[in-house]
Amino acid sequence: MTFPGTRLPLRYPRVFLPLAAAAWLALYQSLAPISEHAMSLLPVDRTSRLGGALQFFLYDTPKVLLLLAGIVFVMGMVNSYFTPERTRALLAGRHEGVGNVLAATLGIVTPFCSCSAVPLFIGFVQAGVPLGVTFSFLISAPMVNEVALTLLFALFGWKIAALYLGLGLTVAIVAGYIIGRLKMEAHLEDWVRNMPHIQAGGVNNELGLPERIQAGFASVREIVGKVWPYILAGIAIGAGIHGYVPQDYLASFMGRDAWWSVPLAVLIGVPMYTNAAGIIPIVEALLSKGAALGTVLAFMMSVIALSLPEMIILRKVLKLRLIVTFVGVVATGILVVGYVFNLVL
Amino acid sequence: MKNIKVLGTGCANCKTTLKLIEDAAKTNGMAIALEKVEDLQQIMSYGVMSTPGVVIDGKVVHAGGVPDRSKIEGWLASPD
Repeated sequence: MTFPGTRLPLRYPRVFLPLAAAAWLALYQSLAPISEHAMSLLPVDRTSRLGGALQFFLYDTPKVLLLLAGIVFVMGMVNSYFTPERTRALLAGRHEGVGNVLAATLGIVTPFCSCSAVPLFIGFVQAGVPLGVTFSFLISAPMVNEVALTLLFALFGWKIAALYLGLGLTVAIVAGYIIGRLKMEAHLEDWVRNMPHIQAGGVNNELGLPERIQAGFASVREIVGKVWPYILAGIAIGAGIHGYVPQDYLASFMGRDAWWSVPLAVLIGVPMYTNAAGIIPIVEALLSKGAALGTVLAFMMSVIALSLPEMIILRKVLKLRLIVTFVGVVATGILVVGYVFNLVL
Repeated sequence: MKNIKVLGTGCANCKTTLKLIEDAAKTNGMAIALEKVEDLQQIMSYGVMSTPGVVIDGKVVHAGGVPDRSKIEGWLASPD
């Protein structure tokens, strides 16, 4: 470990954790006064456009980053209990239905990187995890992740975060179930089907608390280190929209009365690829200018869950028909979510 | 001489891992045969589910995420 002062967490983990939690909380509580103070030092009128944009930027950036670091740390520790190997062992031999629910849920807590999507996919199928169950995992893992949920919570509150969690899981469960029902095993590439079946064994990696804390630090370094430029860029764009785009400007074409806005949002979102970190601050700004929540959520889900680069990688293991089905089923699910949101809220 | 393979489909983490191992070997003045495996079928034949994976003399020693510097030193120091 290269962190300074890592002796304490590793030697006295039970002392370190509550101390760290208290320090984190104190810092989080003092963000609002600190950003107020920083604002008052700047020679900008805060009712001006630039002032509004700056205030948004100065308050949101530290808040989002701090919240993210905290949650990624905790998730890093949680992730160390759910290795891909253990998840696979939990899913192998499950029936559809229960299996889909379990797979989507495990997708939240199993560490996942889109560059590992294919090895993971093959590993699951090889161990006898049903195709539909594998897809439930593959849909939920990138879409319902701690970064997306943290940002939603930080910028919109827990209700929206919970709704996103619930709907994301539902899309993953239902879409995986449908793909499973379609019996498309024949549309796996031949070399994947011909791979020898392997036994999903339990992997022995019982870690102690110090190692889990280390895993937490490692994931903060890795994830926060990777996404912070996206967050800064996202918040900067969001701040610009906040300050300069007129109120309700977007209502006419992203509002809930425009029925075509949801499919359009999904259509635009699919080829786009960025992670949750970059997209959510922009989403917040769009919302505040009159875009409808369902439309915006549909846009966000399709950007995160379906992406062109991922399809190209998946093409190595899936035949075209299965990829098209996968995109079609997931996009339809997201579409329904968008409409339901716009109707209900 | 150790034969070290880094398994990965070309993501940033895989490149970082490769470079870390290269650097560690250089600082220790060790000669290693370092190889990058990008072919999916080959990667899967080692049974790893998360990349980057590291294989030393045919044995998988690591899978998923960039390995710690200390871990790499440990691999290099272990007897053949």
